[in-house]
Amino acid sequence: MWFASPADVRERLGAVDYLSDDSIATSVFLAGALGKPLLAEGPAGVGKTQLAKAVATATGARLIRLQCYEGLDEARALYEWNYKKQLLRIQAGQGESWDATHDDIFTEEFLLERPLLAAIRSETPVVLLIDETDKADVEVEGLLLEILSDYQVTIPELGTIAAVRRPYVVLTSNATRELSEALKRRCLYLHLEYPTPERERDIVLARVPGIEADLAEQLARTVATMRSLELKKAPSVAETVDWANTLIALGRTELDEEAIGATLGVVLKHASDQTRARKELGL
Amino acid sequence: MSLLDRHVGFVHALREAGLPVSPAEGLDAVEALRVIDLTERESLRAAYAATLVKRPSYRPGFDILFDLWFPATTSDPGAGRGTAPADGENEQGGENRPDGGNAGGGAGGPDLENAAVPELRDRLAELLLGADGMDGFARAMVERFGRLPAGTGRQKWFSFPVMRTLSPETLMARLLAEVLGGRERGGLAEKVARQRIGENIRRFEDAVGTDVRRRIAEESGIEPIARSSVRPPLEQLDFLRITRTDLARLRREVHPLARRLASRLTVKHCLGHRGRLDFRRTVRASLSSGGVPLTTFNRPRRPHRPELVVLCDVSDSVASFAHFTLLLTYALREQFARVRAFGFVDTVDEITRFFAPGADVVEAMTRLTKEADMVRFGRTNYGYALERFAERYGDAVGPKTSLLILGDARSNYQPPALETLGRLAGAARHAYWLNPEPVAQWDTGDSLATAYGGVVPMRECRNVTQLAAFVEDLA
Repeated sequence: MWFASPADVRERLGAVDYLSDDSIATSVFLAGALGKPLLAEGPAGVGKTQLAKAVATATGARLIRLQCYEGLDEARALYEWNYKKQLLRIQAGQGESWDATHDDIFTEEFLLERPLLAAIRSETPVVLLIDETDKADVEVEGLLLEILSDYQVTIPELGTIAAVRRPYVVLTSNATRELSEALKRRCLYLHLEYPTPERERDIVLARVPGIEADLAEQLARTVATMRSLELKKAPSVAETVDWANTLIALGRTELDEEAIGATLGVVLKHASDQTRARKELGL
Repeated sequence: MSLLDRHVGFVHALREAGLPVSPAEGLDAVEALRVIDLTERESLRAAYAATLVKRPSYRPGFDILFDLWFPATTSDPGAGRGTAPADGENEQGGENRPDGGNAGGGAGGPDLENAAVPELRDRLAELLLGADGMDGFARAMVERFGRLPAGTGRQKWFSFPVMRTLSPETLMARLLAEVLGGRERGGLAEKVARQRIGENIRRFEDAVGTDVRRRIAEESGIEPIARSSVRPPLEQLDFLRITRTDLARLRREVHPLARRLASRLTVKHCLGHRGRLDFRRTVRASLSSGGVPLTTFNRPRRPHRPELVVLCDVSDSVASFAHFTLLLTYALREQFARVRAFGFVDTVDEITRFFAPGADVVEAMTRLTKEADMVRFGRTNYGYALERFAERYGDAVGPKTSLLILGDARSNYQPPALETLGRLAGAARHAYWLNPEPVAQWDTGDSLATAYGGVVPMRECRNVTQLAAFVEDLA
């Protein structure tokens, strides 16, 4: 059992500075209770990866991370034979019969574990984070399907390796590519949106030590207003936190037009977005 | 209605509204119901959402249906409204009785059942500034103002009398003055406050709408109202029937969409991402291991990027379609180096320059309509536009180019210039025509769909789903 109830999720994630809302708490709880992978999708910087890390910290589990990218293949994701070592072994055992060598070079000793296999074989509780699933090629999804539905891997030379204990799986995606229906069907789905100003204020308060509640409130409201403009890249939660840190470092206690103008680059990273914000917000 | 019946009815309604809910997902939802606390309504909602709703655009429809099948409250049949006695329907969905008077009264507000309208507006103003209890207030207001008599002994529920009586929009000026407290108008503070109050007004409208639907459902059953109140998800909306608000939503969607489409294009090209073996490099590297090629090296694949020429009908008859495709062009332009866009009504102009990478999309659209030279008489003339295109920009189309024509092929009975189109299509590597009209309407009236379709393969493209399917084939 990972969590006792959604309320338990809220409390324990809160203890490691991850503030959840109803849907986050319930989905995280269900993923543990039903033993299903959790697919967290949403714009960049709303705390998807952070969620997996928080679950790991809160439950004391080991975090294993598979970062997806274009061209990721089985050898990088699952396992690989350490063939340099195998070659050495063959050379060292000259005069040995082929059968003996053959049995010898396909054993644990020569197996290079990659994140997915490591997560399956781990004896201790594991949170498996499959990050930016949408960046990987479609073939990787096929690989994931097998692992996520049965929690087992087949290695031809060793046989089928089933999970000793089910890892807690979190997949993240920025939705740059539509994931396959089959993968989505196997997962619980959590759409993470930008937090409400109230929640964002609390996040800033939790993450930025020494910030005044009033300034945090102003920040959260201003960022919410920026997100309502049509920007190319809306400010993420992480950027709000950065902004708060910047203001603290500059010794500002008030978020007025001048302070925003001076620090706009911390939250808006496109020239056209900055121009737009200056115009719309009257800076 | 038992919980199981309710679950089945709900899942059925979701499917009817266009959400693909597989039996396996339905079972997941049931599993989830077994482990959560069913009296926590928001948990229940989240559990259903996590197991059944796997795409953000389905969420608004889901929420409407959820509120109908699992209402937050049920009307008290004894409250003298003269409705039919409870038939078991009212037992389900939560113990909390309408907290009408309490919600307002608890916070020191007026008595919601008898207070005069100005008092109620004061209370609403507080709520719009962020006080708690909006849902209870909305329910009480629907109870008081939302009912209109309809025939003998029947009644109907509406949102508009509630909104007209309380008119939250007219509170804005007063609220702004209150929030700003003497600070100057027009600046950032006002923007922020306006945004926050506007958000709360929308929440109030939603709460009223939800309660009105709930009451209608109690009187005449859930299914009819469910069917009429859920709009199809964004990607299934018809381009030609899109409303202004949808367009704004669509605009927010279009960037991730274009990125998705573009990444699909690139994904296709990267299949077989390992190029040819780099023999020399492999041999050189094998020297250190005594001639055994332990590591092989491949030559990087040469990236292949198709050039895209978009020819887009921007006349009024396809205005929303054009608006959308222009946005898409803009987004694609940011992803690809070689996209050229041309707009036409009865003459044609290159509009690529308005969509320079980094340009502001809203501004680009305004400048486009003002500056581009696409209209002579204001009536679509495909034939003339094509001739002009071939004449002025014919060299844009070459053997590497994919030519994409967007329009309804309605040419106001002008000569079609099929031959010119044939020459253009022949010069291009591929040519496609996307038509936003349903196939059934092709060839009616002045439509030349089949004639043009004979020269350039024509596809129906009425919504985002069809467009995405097309772009997948494009590569």
